[in-house]
Amino acid sequence: MSDQKILELRDIKREFRMGSEIVRALKGVSFDVRSGEFLTIMGSSGSGKTTLLNTLGCLDKPTEGTYLLDGVDVRKLGRNELAKLRNSKIGFVFQAYNLLPRTSALENVELPLLYNPDMSARERKERAVKALQAVNLGDRLDHTPSQLSGGQQQRVAIARALVNEPVMILADEATGNLDSRSSYSIMALFQELNEQGRTIVFVTHEPDIAAFSSRTIMLKDGRVIKDSVNENKKSAREVLASLPKSEDY
Amino acid sequence: MSLFNLLRIALKALQRNKLRAFLTMLGIIIGVGAVIAMVAIGQGSKQSIQSALSGMGSNMIIIRPNSNISAGARLDATSVQTLTLDDVKALQKQAPDLSAVSPMANAKGQAIYGNNNWPTTIQGVDPIYLTVIRQWPLQDGVAFTDRDVQTQSKVCLLGQTVITNLFPNGESPIGKYIRFGNVPLMVIGTLSAKGESAFGQDQDDVIIAPFTTVQRRILAQANSTIFVQNIYASAVNEAATTAASDEISDILRTTHRLKPTDEDDFAVRTMQELINTFSSTSQLLTILLAVIAGISLLVGGIGIMNIMYVSVTERTREIGLRMSIGARGVDILLQFLTEAILISITGGIIGVVLGITSARLVTFFLSWPTLVTESSIVLSFLVCAITGVFFGYYPAQKASRLDPIEALRYE
Repeated sequence: MSDQKILELRDIKREFRMGSEIVRALKGVSFDVRSGEFLTIMGSSGSGKTTLLNTLGCLDKPTEGTYLLDGVDVRKLGRNELAKLRNSKIGFVFQAYNLLPRTSALENVELPLLYNPDMSARERKERAVKALQAVNLGDRLDHTPSQLSGGQQQRVAIARALVNEPVMILADEATGNLDSRSSYSIMALFQELNEQGRTIVFVTHEPDIAAFSSRTIMLKDGRVIKDSVNENKKSAREVLASLPKSEDY
Repeated sequence: MSLFNLLRIALKALQRNKLRAFLTMLGIIIGVGAVIAMVAIGQGSKQSIQSALSGMGSNMIIIRPNSNISAGARLDATSVQTLTLDDVKALQKQAPDLSAVSPMANAKGQAIYGNNNWPTTIQGVDPIYLTVIRQWPLQDGVAFTDRDVQTQSKVCLLGQTVITNLFPNGESPIGKYIRFGNVPLMVIGTLSAKGESAFGQDQDDVIIAPFTTVQRRILAQANSTIFVQNIYASAVNEAATTAASDEISDILRTTHRLKPTDEDDFAVRTMQELINTFSSTSQLLTILLAVIAGISLLVGGIGIMNIMYVSVTERTREIGLRMSIGARGVDILLQFLTEAILISITGGIIGVVLGITSARLVTFFLSWPTLVTESSIVLSFLVCAITGVFFGYYPAQKASRLDPIEALRYE
């Protein structure tokens, strides 16, 4: 299973036209991601990180190059087919959580399933409850985002990403809005999910966070400058345990 | 996405902004309520006019002599006598669309009983005039018969106004003798009250007697006279009045031996014509009111459009999120469209209730007749749904065309 390629990127280029100038955000990026990997993509702003994230998330199509997601050539798909692909293969986790306000955690998690036409209301609920239990929020089903802490909101968002059983969870600065304790707690959750065999691609600019992953890709000026396996992966749970108790939330 | 899910999502979205949803709805509520109430007032006045005219007999047809030319001078209609009893017989036999034909002789004069007298009109008719043409029931006593007409019986029926003035003490007039001019007549029955006609005429200020009694005894015309003042007829039903009036013209032109170039020497008036004249006035009123109300519905629709645009802008990130987790453009389009339709239809339902209620209140407090028609409800409801689709479509389309990347990062 771990040999199966989930993502295959071959010489991905992406250009934007800004007025008369052409901005080349990605200048030929190639890498593979295998099933079960925990990959962080790092880079400073302007490195093409966001463009790569949009491409990986099938929100954007490369100008040139091939991108295979779970064997599907993304460049050949239309808008609606991309939407379907996002629904079935990718779970997004955003920096700002992007939960629907005044809507219960359960309903927020059910949201991706609503766009899957062949699912009954009962199955939808069962799966949403299971996903929330997986992120340790089984007792917060009816809480609205405003009744949850930042860390809990991000857990709901992770549950929402899990609920469709995607081949890859794509996180965009998922700890960027959180204090360090909540960040470690979220990273511990990601590590736990990774141990259960889920493929995670985590985009961040914090080297601190990258230390918890199994592999790191460094981007600079639209190119991969470093692709290394992380030999001594840190355990977020241990880091969390070592924090002083006074910061308890 | 299933319709049920669409409705659920739209409902949730509206619940998140209840006050705004309600305020948006208010435009539609007032619009629909106004349409229904206004049309109800218009239709109510139309119906009350119609029923007032129908009270005179909506199938009734009146045939009068018309002015004709004598030695180059046009003569006044009342001065000529062109209608005859033969005409009455011809109409009775030959017109299939007529259910009843009666001659009428009128005389004005003083009715006297004891110390009381009252100026009134006596109408001489056939019994069928009361039973079929006017459908005028008796309050008391009996009506005269065809035999009374043949024998010129000195009997009569009194209208309520005449009774009040000749018998002020409330005694029963039945069996009493009154005098009309010099002719004593026995009262054999009293007519039920009919009230004012649509023209404000007191229909109860009348004495009705057999045709021949009035013609021969009161107007004192010779037994040999064949002329009648008016002919009253009744079509078999309201729809047949036009056909009946054509038949009458044809028959009378034949019996009067008029050449095709000659003008009619008689005039046929149907109540239907009168009803139509009055109805068209109130129809115009209804249309005017409906147009004004329709404009307010349009304004309500624009309100929906405005709010939906605001909503789309405000929820750009939500749209981006939905797209990133698999919503297609059409899903977003349908979601916002459903919201708009839900607002307009809910507003429509409340508006219908409000419209019916205010129509009732108008009747209750102002005693204006109102009539809530099903068509006005169906129509305003349809307009509502169409308004929702029409004014909701453009904002929804705008939402569906957003770029998910930009939408997700929208501040």
